[in-house]
This record gives sequence, structure tokens and C-alpha cells, in this order.
Amino acid sequence: MTVPPDEASGTAPSGVDADDSGWTAAIRGRLERRLPLRELLPTRQPYYVGSWVYVFGVITLAALVWVVLSGVTLSVEGPQWWHVSREGRFVNGLHFWSVQLFFIFMVLHLWGQFWGAGWRDGRAGTWMVGVVIFAASIVTAFTGYLAQQNLDAQWIAVNAKDAVNSTGFGAFFDVTNFGQMYGLHVMLLPIGVTLLVVIHVVQVRLRGVVRPLGAPPPEEDDDVTAAKGGH
Amino acid sequence: MDQPAPYVHWSFILISLPNLVLIGVMILLFVLALFAPFPGHRRSQRPGRRQP
Amino acid sequence: MRLQRKRPVDRERYYRGVRMVPYDLVKELAIALGATAILVVVLAAALSSPDVPSDTIQRWAQDDPVDFVTAATNELAGSSTSAQYGPPYNNGSGSVQSWWVLHPQAWAGVHQPVDQPNDFVLAPLQSAVPGDASLRTALATFTGASGDRQSGWLDNYTKALGKASVKSGEVATAEGDYGPVPLLMSRLLGVARSGGLDGLLLTNGNFYQTDYTKPLLFMGDGSHLSGLAQDQKLTGNLWGMMNETGRYPGQSWLWLYTLWYQIAPFNASSNADLLVVLVMVGATTLLLLVPFIPGLRDIPRWIPIHRLIWRRYYAEQAAGRGART
Repeated sequence: MTVPPDEASGTAPSGVDADDSGWTAAIRGRLERRLPLRELLPTRQPYYVGSWVYVFGVITLAALVWVVLSGVTLSVEGPQWWHVSREGRFVNGLHFWSVQLFFIFMVLHLWGQFWGAGWRDGRAGTWMVGVVIFAASIVTAFTGYLAQQNLDAQWIAVNAKDAVNSTGFGAFFDVTNFGQMYGLHVMLLPIGVTLLVVIHVVQVRLRGVVRPLGAPPPEEDDDVTAAKGGH
Repeated sequence: MDQPAPYVHWSFILISLPNLVLIGVMILLFVLALFAPFPGHRRSQRPGRRQP
Repeated sequence: MRLQRKRPVDRERYYRGVRMVPYDLVKELAIALGATAILVVVLAAALSSPDVPSDTIQRWAQDDPVDFVTAATNELAGSSTSAQYGPPYNNGSGSVQSWWVLHPQAWAGVHQPVDQPNDFVLAPLQSAVPGDASLRTALATFTGASGDRQSGWLDNYTKALGKASVKSGEVATAEGDYGPVPLLMSRLLGVARSGGLDGLLLTNGNFYQTDYTKPLLFMGDGSHLSGLAQDQKLTGNLWGMMNETGRYPGQSWLWLYTLWYQIAPFNASSNADLLVVLVMVGATTLLLLVPFIPGLRDIPRWIPIHRLIWRRYYAEQAAGRGART
């Protein structure tokens, strides 16, 4: 159990380094390089980050937190609860309005990113994950509307079945099957949306905010900076 | 709130008042966000290299 | 050194020469959480949420017995919308959509088989047979008759139902050659009125049920549910997809999806659903690929809303240029 004192620094004379080799170390090294905390949670932003348009994304995130918390409460109490109790109806109200806020601010965020062309300088992936989140959220909300167990849910099921069936997906995704829609709505789809949102936020934080349209492109390295310094 | 909503009908467009209000609020919020001054935006202490 | 710190350097380089100012992201998130919480609680407390009670087959049979019996007769005759639907319920073709070489509905095949005459009418009546000798006889007469004889009775009765009235709770028609059909329908109406049919359409041999395909298909064939939906402007031709019961906002994010159903060629096409879905898949793909599509990705450059978002930056740039000259 004697560990050479210099092994931790990665200069073990044997050449076999227990801390820096193997799959675990490879993953750790990669994560440390790709997801450094200083980049994930920076305390400074470029001075041009100063518009309410930047706030839509974080409000969407906040609304999603309330969507999930109110939804978890509803699912813990069971699908009948909110139809028969005042408290349940109130929590359903929280769920309904936080979903409305979530969509309102998600779309405002999308408008903001579109008009600022937020996909520039290697941020296309961030934009695309955002669009996938939008689509996944619509499917999640749709299953929620189908799981309401009221006139609205009945009518949406009767109507939507034709659209879903016309694509062939009706064979596997039966909108008139409450159990299937409820299960998808409280489990698979929210986890999917949440995971995508986490990926999206990490993408945003790692790349940082995009420069204003028309701003000079980032400099290549120190030498180029020096060369371009006088322009 | 459980009474049927009023609807606005214009050519082939038919929209419920609640939806119209919601979309109006969205557009208003976006315009406000574009024009309203952003609070707490302190002047920088550190001029960057690109500053003259 | 630069090679080792590949990723972080990207961002450092990206902002090199840009003035950085303090910005508290976590505080911003906390404020957003607080503000949205207040807003959501106020909205929920003041406006609650939509919950118009569901329609039932019982309510349908009680409110509009003629419509119920007409729908049930169509189910027994196999002439209802759902009986002729096609995949995924049966091998009909009435509601099968296709476009060009695409026949996805037919390709997917039958996955939730529904046999309307038996599932919606005959099987529920069988369960009501004990203690009802005349029903037993009527069922035996009907099932023992030839197909031609059955459809003769059903055709005659369907025509007569067009002028039917309700007398002391029963559907009354003019005299005619209907065989045992009026008695079958009278008994089915009784079962439906008591609420029994709502349960019988869910049974599939298991105790627990979550699949409402059969009762929803049956109700979709009548006009009671669609009447209630019409009252709430939920039907497709009224942009119903984005509407909600009561005075609540609906799924307004579906505005583009429901828009297509209102205009040509979709509003007159029997393949409207498939066509609209394909258009929306195309539109979503375009949105997804905006960063790569010349023209689309240049719109923000042409319509300079970004001058407002970053007005401070552009003002400083202009001032800087002014100072230098």
C-alpha cells in the first residue's frame, strides 16, 4: 500500500499511472476538459448581455420547474384527485398555468434567438436541441391533455386519433388508451424533456452567449490578435 | 370561467378571446423586452483590449 | 499549454477583447423561480383550470335516445364510421388516408381490433340476457337469420329512425318489417341508460381497464359528444385544436397545425390529416435546420430587430468609430 508520493502528479516513473489511465480516468479527464465548472457557472458576461430578451430562457426554465413540481404532486395523488378535491383542482391550476407560462416563454425565447441569429459561431447544435425540446414539449402537453379525463380529453382523443392513425403511428400510439397516454405523460416524456433541457443549458453555458450580429469574428490566437490589433 | 368563450371571427380566422389575449400578451412582452431598459447593468470596470 | 486546455480556450478566445461585466446567473434563476411561482399561484387561485365533465354513454342515451339508437343500429349493421374505418381497428377503408406512394396507415395494419356489431351491440346484450327471455329469443332470431334478412331489418329500421320520436322514454317508430331489431335496441338503450354500457365496453376479460378505445369510438359515431364539442368550439373546422373548454387559453402553440385545416387544399381533402402532418413535419425540419439554410438564416440580418437587442453594443461601436475619426 505504499504509493509513490509523486504518482498523483502523473509523473510516476513506472509509466503506469493509476490516476490517469483507464476508462474512468478517461471519462473524468474528458468531463473536466469539456465541462469545467468555471465555464458552466461563469460570474461574468460580455457587456452586450443587457436585454430582457436574454431573460426569456431562464423564465422558461423556471416555469418548467413548476410544471414538473405541480405535475409530480398530481401524479402522487393519482389521476382522479384533481376532479374531486379543491386542493387537487388548485394544484391542477398550478400545472395548467405553469404549462402556459412554459410555452409562452419558450416561444418568446425562440423568437429572441431567431432574431438574434443565436445559432452562429458553432451554436447550431444548441438551436437544434432547442427545436427538439419545443417539439417534445408539444407531444408531452398533448398526452397531458389526453390524460385529463374530461370532455376536452375525450374530444381530443376522438379527433386526434384520425391524424395519428393516418401516419401509421396509431398502431403503436393509441390516443384513446388512457393508460398509455397517462404513462407517457407522467414518466417517459417529462424525463425526456428535462434531459434535453439539461443538455440545452449545458450547451448554452459552454459556448457562452453569441456575439452581436455584425460584430467582428473572434480572433484566432495571440499572434493573430497582435496582428489585427490595430484595425 | 367555465362559460363558453367569446370568439373573434375574421375571414377564415376564428380565434377564442383567451387565445387572442395570450398571443397579444406574448407580442407585448417581446416588444417590451426589446425596448425596456435592462436594470442593474453596471458600467464595466475593466476596459477590454478592443476598446480604444 | 493551449493544446491541453482546448475547450475552455475556445470561450476565452471567443470573448477576447470583449469587456466582461459581473452577471449573476444563479440569482437570475432564483428571481425567475420566485416571479413565476407568484404568477402561477395567482393565476391558479384566481382562474383555476378547465374541467368540463366528461360525456358518458349513459348521458348520451338519456339526453338523445334517438341518436343513440341510430348510432347503435349503424354499429350493428357495420355501417358506422368506426365500423368502416380501417387500420388500426379493422380492415375497412373508410378512414384510411394516403398520399402519393405513402400509405402508412395501411402499412401499419390492424393493432387494436374492434368488431363493432359484436363488441358494441351483441356482446353487451348477451350479458343482459339472464332473466330476459324475450331478449334471448330476439338475439337468437337475429343471429340465426341470414345476412340479407339482417340487413333488410337494419335498413328498414335505420330509415324509420329518421322519423322516430321518443314516447315515455322509448324510441318509437312507424310500423315496419324490423324483425327483432327494435327489441334489441330497446334493451341496449336500457343498458346504456343505466350506465351499464359504459362499463361493458371496457371489459376485455381483465379486471383493470385503462383502454377507452371502444367507448370513444362508439361515442365518436354518435352526435352527442360532437355536439358538446361543437358548443365549446372544439371541432377541427373551428380551429378546435388550439381551443379549450370554457374561457381558458388552449394549445395556442398548435396554431400553425390547425391553420392548414382551414384552407385549401387541405379543407376539402379526405387525406387532410396525413397531408397536414407531412406539411408540419416539413415545417419543423425547416425550423430545425434554420442555421444551415441560406435565406432563412439571413432573415435576422435583413430585418434588424437585433439592433434593439444589442443596441448598447451598436451605440458603443458607433461612438467608438466617431471618436476615432
